[in-house]
Amino acid sequence: MGGYILKRLLSAIPVLLGITIIVFLIMAMIPGDPATAILGSYATPENVARLNRFLGLDEPLWRQYFTWLGNMLQGDFGRSFRLNRPVLDEILDRFSATLILAGTAFVLCAVLGIIAGTISAARQYGFADKAITSVVIIGISVPSFFLGMMMILLFAVKLRWFPVSGMYSIWGGGDLPDLLRHLTMPALALSVVATGVVARLSRGAMLEVLRQDFIRTARAKGVHERRVIWGHALRAAMVSIIPVLGIQAGFVLSGAVYIEMVFQWPGVGRMLVDAILTRDILLVQGGVVFIAACYVGFNIVVDVAQSLLDPRIRT
Amino acid sequence: MSLFLRLLFRNKLAGFGAVVLGVIVVLALLTPFLPLHPPNETSTANRYLRPLSDGHLLGTDHLGRDLLSRLLWGTRLSLAVGFAAALIAGLVGAAIGVMAGYFGGRTDNVTMRGIDMLMAFPYILLALAIVAVLGPGLMNALIAVAVVNIPFFARNIRGVTVGIAHREFIDAARLAGMGHTRILLTEVVPNIVPVVVIAMSTTIGWMILETAGLSFLGLGSQPPQADLGSMLGEARSALITSPHTSIVPGVMILLIVMSVNLLGDGIRDALDPRLRSGALARPMAATRVDRAQVPPAKGDALLDIDALETQFQVGRRTYKAVNKVSLELKPGECLGLIGESGSGKSVTALSVMGLVASPPGVITGGAVRLEGQDLIGAPYELLRSLRGRRVAYIFQDPLSTLHPLYRIGDQLIEAIRVHDPVSRAAAHKRAVKLLEDVRIPNPAARINAFPHELSGGMRQRVGIAMALANDPDIIIADEPTTALDVTVQAQILALLDELRQRRGLAILFITHDFGVVGQLCDRVAVMYGGRIVETGPTQAVLDAPAHPYTRRLIACVPELGGGRRILAAIPGLPPAVDQLPEGCAFAPRCDKAQDACRRGEVTLDGTTRKVRCLFPEVAP
Repeated sequence: MGGYILKRLLSAIPVLLGITIIVFLIMAMIPGDPATAILGSYATPENVARLNRFLGLDEPLWRQYFTWLGNMLQGDFGRSFRLNRPVLDEILDRFSATLILAGTAFVLCAVLGIIAGTISAARQYGFADKAITSVVIIGISVPSFFLGMMMILLFAVKLRWFPVSGMYSIWGGGDLPDLLRHLTMPALALSVVATGVVARLSRGAMLEVLRQDFIRTARAKGVHERRVIWGHALRAAMVSIIPVLGIQAGFVLSGAVYIEMVFQWPGVGRMLVDAILTRDILLVQGGVVFIAACYVGFNIVVDVAQSLLDPRIRT
Repeated sequence: MSLFLRLLFRNKLAGFGAVVLGVIVVLALLTPFLPLHPPNETSTANRYLRPLSDGHLLGTDHLGRDLLSRLLWGTRLSLAVGFAAALIAGLVGAAIGVMAGYFGGRTDNVTMRGIDMLMAFPYILLALAIVAVLGPGLMNALIAVAVVNIPFFARNIRGVTVGIAHREFIDAARLAGMGHTRILLTEVVPNIVPVVVIAMSTTIGWMILETAGLSFLGLGSQPPQADLGSMLGEARSALITSPHTSIVPGVMILLIVMSVNLLGDGIRDALDPRLRSGALARPMAATRVDRAQVPPAKGDALLDIDALETQFQVGRRTYKAVNKVSLELKPGECLGLIGESGSGKSVTALSVMGLVASPPGVITGGAVRLEGQDLIGAPYELLRSLRGRRVAYIFQDPLSTLHPLYRIGDQLIEAIRVHDPVSRAAAHKRAVKLLEDVRIPNPAARINAFPHELSGGMRQRVGIAMALANDPDIIIADEPTTALDVTVQAQILALLDELRQRRGLAILFITHDFGVVGQLCDRVAVMYGGRIVETGPTQAVLDAPAHPYTRRLIACVPELGGGRRILAAIPGLPPAVDQLPEGCAFAPRCDKAQDACRRGEVTLDGTTRKVRCLFPEVAP
């Protein structure tokens, strides 16, 4: 087991390198010259050249890459010129907010999706199946930002159950109930599409498993149907559901962008959009690498979970 | 093509999606010709008019622009961008996939590693990074969304191409001296076009959603031009005071994406042959029973299968898998049920405990009595309490019939504890004893093994141990040795025989091998086309088979060390049970068949030996 984890960790290294290369290359393709962007179009050529030298932009591309990579490994993601503070500090400040939002949404989508999909499969073509399938079709088609807005209208403005927004800082003021009040709507809105996808795939995986011979064996033993479905069948179906959960984690993590905009959530997603609109390139670069790295890390967790579940891949 | 359309519209949801999408697309195409306000005509006097206002059917937005007009123009834009993104992603992705899959080797390796890297990014993040570089704008959003979706297409298409590239017709084309370009264009591409179309139809909804999302964030279309996403984005600040400005474009996005998704699902399903055959239906907890009348009880057998009828109902077809089969099993007796594949022997066995997959299986008649109690149509809870406790099964392939993810010990312990609420420790002890009984060496350690860690013979021993877990009265063994090699087969048979003697088990042994029947069974019943054609004491039937089919089936068994006779195969195939011939089902393959055989029902006659034949080989 330890060996498997180690192997999986090592295999993440080339992926992480690849991610940094892709991000670096994309950013290097920016038309025009960052120095001009920083100094404005009235800058003198001498000043532009000086700043270029200062930023190391006169070096060959590969050297720039390794300098950038080396700095990042030492925790130096550069400075945001707009906020005038280190990029990593800004990211870390905001990441906990995104993590709470995305984490809650992920747990919701996994639990609700799997339960809905399993019920749907067990009652194939029955009323519950039809109801769940219909809700799922709407769920995977609705834009999360529109859903968020409609939830604000209904639950915050009309029914006044939850606050419209006003989550300014995760750790400042407010206790847990306050956090939950602010978290409920954004997390639900963020989880809906992912829940639909998980439910749909769980249904398919369960239908596939329920036709297998070992399900007949369980029934022939006299195992109760409830246990056949929620034990034998679901356990086997999890093998194909878990990879989907991994993909949905990435979806929820990056889809948080929309929800953070709608609910004014102080997370990394909103920071990224602001940074893009103000062309704060180092902040974008750092943010993208950071989130992608987190996602790679999470996928390792998913793979390890998968190997715990399926003894056949633990070799 | 017409079949495809018929299948597509048989799916009501897909039909609904097609209609909704059709209306939206037609409206979008006609937009320039409709009598609408210009979409960008502002009017500060008419800001935030409610829907159904004079001259503005859907009201106006924060600049007094007509919402209906903006909605239709926005829809036009969103649709165009979504389709364009899907087309670009599909074409570029397919091209990459075909190249990687066709050329293989290093090309494949390098390309696919690159694709993997792209897939390592969370979905929308990469699109954001690309827009960050290109700058906000609708065209840039389109490119970003297309690029993000390329890996998905490249991967799928590569998989399909790899499958095609190793097929014979490609080799033939290569040997015929065709160049790579020509092979790709004439042989490979036509085969992957359907796959690309399906992939596009299932992802186009996502792409419309994603471009709308980028516009919503202010990274897509820039004012005054507006797609649905940026309409929503602009309306957000007035969400609470004038909700209609948000609802109008939001509902439109929902409608478009939903109809595209429904249609995409419909297309995929219509092209998936498994759905057509209904093979994706899951079997229920017990076989469906639809029985007109119950035959009166008689006899005192332990297990009495009485005129049992089990059918498979697929679409309009009915397969009569088991057609009025009657069998009796006394305590401690071993009855062999023999026949070719498809003769209905397994279905008969599975019907006893309601284990025939349903749908499509239905028990339509007869009775199965366990000590006089009818099990057909019995409540699920009763059936469940008898399964494994009084009547246990051993199945054919122990690799697929054991749960692959549970340790064999846990599977045994579960079998014990379902019927006997003992502690886990006690059950564990009994499980070890069971493994010992079926001669598994070192049972205390093997109990922790997973099925894939055992050999085929060992697995079948586990299967037998599981059947013995609750000391049942009857074991139904459905070809338990067919998947094993011959030496292991002999060991398993010896084990079953010994267990039978020691525990007084009654066994219903299903096989297609007369050699096996001869070793184990007291009596034998021969099945053909869903009916019993001959039954009697094993030795008597083996010595002098009465039915021509039995005779020829026995002739199929090779004689060890004999080698003086020709090994006779039976010409022809067993009948399809959805169109059984009138009269004797074996008549078309029988060399003794006469006209009388093809008319009317042939009855099963005799006392201890019965035969269903007008011209039996020997008098029964």
